[in-house]
Amino acid sequence: MRFGTVRFGGVTRQACLDFVPEAQCGDYVIVHVGFAISRVDAEEAERTYRLLEEMGVLEEDGG
Amino acid sequence: MKYLDEYRDPALAHRLVAEIRRSVTRPWVLMEICGGQTHTLVKYGIEELVGPRIELVHGPGCPVCVTALEIVDKAIVIASIPDVIFVSYGDMLRVPGSHSDLFQIKAAGGDVRIAYSPMDALRLARQNPQRPVIFFAVGFETTAPANATAVWQAKREGLRNFSMLVSHVLVPPAIRLLLDSSANRVQGFIAPGHVCTVMGYEEYEELAARYKVPFVVGGFEPLDLLEAILLLVRQLEEGRAQVENQYVRSVSRSGNEAARRRMMEVFEVVDRNWRGIGPIAQSGYRLRPEYAAFDAERVFGVEAISAPEPPECISALVLQGLKKPVDCPVFGTRCTPSTPMGAPMVSSEGACAAYYRYRRHATPVGAQA
Repeated sequence: MRFGTVRFGGVTRQACLDFVPEAQCGDYVIVHVGFAISRVDAEEAERTYRLLEEMGVLEEDGG
Repeated sequence: MKYLDEYRDPALAHRLVAEIRRSVTRPWVLMEICGGQTHTLVKYGIEELVGPRIELVHGPGCPVCVTALEIVDKAIVIASIPDVIFVSYGDMLRVPGSHSDLFQIKAAGGDVRIAYSPMDALRLARQNPQRPVIFFAVGFETTAPANATAVWQAKREGLRNFSMLVSHVLVPPAIRLLLDSSANRVQGFIAPGHVCTVMGYEEYEELAARYKVPFVVGGFEPLDLLEAILLLVRQLEEGRAQVENQYVRSVSRSGNEAARRRMMEVFEVVDRNWRGIGPIAQSGYRLRPEYAAFDAERVFGVEAISAPEPPECISALVLQGLKKPVDCPVFGTRCTPSTPMGAPMVSSEGACAAYYRYRRHATPVGAQA
C-alpha cells in the first residue's frame, strides 16, 4: 500500500494513496477515513471559482 | 485553507443568492442526499437565504442514521464478548440499539474504541494477536473503498484475529425508493459529491432519464451548495432533467476506478434494511464469500439477530424528506444529542442534530408566541 503525509490546515496525518496513483508531492487531495479518494483538479477548482466571480461581476455591472 | 476558504466567500455567496432568487418563478422542492451537505446547509442558514420559494428537504444520506437497529444490536452483542476489541467510528457509539448502546457497553468494561480510519483497527489487530479485533464498517459508497482495503490487506497479511461487521448502504436505490413513493414531493436532487467522487454519476443519469428529475452533483462548501441550487433551479425553470456536475474539482463522470475496483473485489451487492425506512432491494454491500473468514456476523454467530423498530420518533419521515426535525413532538425536549431517541439526533450529519445545533432557537413561521 502507498501512503503519504497530508497536511489538513495545521494537522498532519498519514493517508493511503492507493486510489490516487497520479498524486504527486504538493497536490491537494480529498481524504475520507484515512484514504485519499481524489486529487483536487486545480484547474477546475480555479475555473469554478472564476465562473462564480465572473457571475458576481456581471451581476454587479448589470444592476 | 486553499480550496476551502474561496468556497466560503460571503460576497460571492450573496451574489449567488441574488441570482437564485431572480431565477425562481415558482416554488420548488429540492433534496440534498448527503448528511455532510445537510450540515453545511443548516449551519450557514442557506435555506433561509434562498427565499421561501425553494424548500430544501433533507435526505437519507447519514450513514449512522440509516444503519439498521438489528446491526446496532449485533454490534452490542459482539462488543460485550470478553477479550474482544470493538472498533468503531465515534458517531456509532451513542446510537441507541434495542436495549443499550456501545457507550454503555464501554462504560460497563467492554473494550470499545473509536477509530478515525479502518486502518487503525488493522493496526490494533497486529498489535493484539491474541484478541479478536472487530471493525464496525458502516457508511455509503464513499467509505466502502477504505473499509474494503482494510479487509483486503488483512487477508494479504493473514491476520486471523481481524473481522468486520459490515453495514454498507448505497445511495441510488434509496433515491429510487423516494421517487417511487406516492408521497414524494422532491423535484430536484443535489447528488452527493463524495459518493460520486468514488462512483461517478452514470447511475444518476439513469435516474434523471427514468424519473424526469434533475440532479446536480454538489460539493460541501456554502458556495458549492448555492451553485448547485442555482443549477437545479435553472433546470427546473427550463423544464430540463439532466445530471450536471458542480463539483468538477473532485468528481468525474466515471468516478474513481481504482477505488471501485478494490471495493468490488471485496464486497458484493445485497438487500439491506435501512433504519427508519425498511428493506431496500440491492441497496448495500456485504463481504464476498472469499472474505467470509473476515465476516464478524459469521465469526460470532450473530447473523440471526433481528430487531423490530420501535415507533419512538419520526425519523423515518425525516429521512425520507416528508417531515422536518422540528415537526417532531420530542425534538429538543426529550430527544437531544445527549439523550437521542433516534439516530438522526446522534450524528453530526443527522438532520435532527444539525437542526438542534444551529436552529433550535429559530421560531417557525406562523408559530404562536
